[in-house]
Amino acid sequence: MYSKMIILHFPRQALEKPLVCNLARDFDLTFTILNATINPKKEGMMVLELSGTPQHFKAGVQYLKDHGVEVESVGGQIRRVTEICTHCGSCTAVCPTGALSVKTPEMEVVFDQDKCSVCKLCITACPPRAMVLRPTNGSFKG
Amino acid sequence: MGDTKVKKTYAEINAKIKAGEVVVVTAEEMVEIVQKHGPVEAARKVDVVTTGTFAPMCSSGAFINFGHTRPGIKASRVWLNNVPAYAGLAAVDCYIGATECGEDDPLNRVFPGEFNYGGGHVIQDLVAGKSVHLKATAYGTQCYPSNQAEKMVTLQDIPWAVLCNPRNGYQNYNCAVNFGKKMIYTYMGALKPNAGNANYCSAGQLSPLMNDPLYRTIGLGTRIFLGGGIGYVVWQGSQHNPSVERTEGGVPMRPAGTLMVLGDLKQMTPRWLVGVSIQGYGTSLSVGLGVPVPILDEQMAAYTGVSDQEIVTQIIDYGEDYPKGKARSLGQVTYAELRSGEITLAGSGIPEKFRGQKIHTVPLSSMVRAREIAETLKQWIRHKRFVLGEPQTTLPSV
Repeated sequence: MYSKMIILHFPRQALEKPLVCNLARDFDLTFTILNATINPKKEGMMVLELSGTPQHFKAGVQYLKDHGVEVESVGGQIRRVTEICTHCGSCTAVCPTGALSVKTPEMEVVFDQDKCSVCKLCITACPPRAMVLRPTNGSFKG
Repeated sequence: MGDTKVKKTYAEINAKIKAGEVVVVTAEEMVEIVQKHGPVEAARKVDVVTTGTFAPMCSSGAFINFGHTRPGIKASRVWLNNVPAYAGLAAVDCYIGATECGEDDPLNRVFPGEFNYGGGHVIQDLVAGKSVHLKATAYGTQCYPSNQAEKMVTLQDIPWAVLCNPRNGYQNYNCAVNFGKKMIYTYMGALKPNAGNANYCSAGQLSPLMNDPLYRTIGLGTRIFLGGGIGYVVWQGSQHNPSVERTEGGVPMRPAGTLMVLGDLKQMTPRWLVGVSIQGYGTSLSVGLGVPVPILDEQMAAYTGVSDQEIVTQIIDYGEDYPKGKARSLGQVTYAELRSGEITLAGSGIPEKFRGQKIHTVPLSSMVRAREIAETLKQWIRHKRFVLGEPQTTLPSV
């Protein structure tokens, strides 16, 4: 199963077509609508988490593009909530890039954002749940 | 101990604490003091050595009396935030265990399970002052007619709550490596295939029982730092096993002693009782525990001077051996090696194709938090907030 967050920008003329609904009906994709607005110029914006097989995903996105919808991917960033991190080091067992490591001799867990590939493995590997995914742009704001 | 050069009693040390004249150092600081001055001089200088450890300790939980309802109930089943608590006790008493999962938790049905909320989280929510949903069901009796009760409770409203952990503070623990071909998710964390990483879990030279390896000063009545409050050692913990092979300094070379501890939950804080989710395994509770070790004589000074270079543990294969119930040692490493961040798999026990391989180490037990506990306990003693508890009886030793 492939899942990705995308932002859709609908031109005025595409607004009345059931394009998103067709992603489910014709492409076997599921989606969660995270945000949706229509601006005064009657252009639409929608943030979706779209899931399905990679082939269906690709075909669905192509379908949207064919109907004039601009598709943008949402960037995400892993952040560490420092008040929650206990410096246990469990995350360093799964981090593939070395973004999370233990500094010696202090034995503090350090997080180097620049090395992070946003693979998200640390989120569920962290016992107290200190690692979170945060969107990098303002697309969730009203 | 008849011919010791230094001799102090608990009463003498406590009198020094009350007079504000006590000398307290952490177990990390003691390493250097003993190396520099030797045990006799160190015993003359230092009165108390503080230790600390902070890690998931599964055998933990809390007894709670949630108060009588109107009309009354003899609860036979109890849930706290939908996590079952054991209710086979008196009418409104129950025990919430750290590893109990929520009723609707998908567990390992989609592997590896996430285990987002369980008994450990309920305990952390309670000590954080959060409101917890309590539900109880009963068959009804003439004296306690209710069949069901539901209410929101906070730790403040609950008449009585005691943290009671049957096994904490393991003296030494395995170094877990996966020599199998598939990734595994264990209580020792994620273990990559083909000896991809080595996970270990001990505060080493700061760990309580490593500083009193033969339990000369620890037993029923030893006053301790527990979950941010003051607690007590009440018994040897489950699986307490003093009869394992030890180093010349008396330190066990594999898991040995354990502590059963108890304390008033109302004194405790969410920084030191942290609900944790162990991927693919379950929920647990990370417990902050610190034991003060009285330096009664030079032997205690020598014990507390132990360093990570002198503490060893065994490499155990969690891929095949451990699940089969075998825990044979494949090799031995020191905590100093483990804390360097990398070990070399050496020795005849290591499967041939992995011999000589360098692997990354993962600590699991937080040294940052362990140090903070030892430091806090040191300050409590210095500021006369904490006096030593003399044990009525010490833990079984060799």
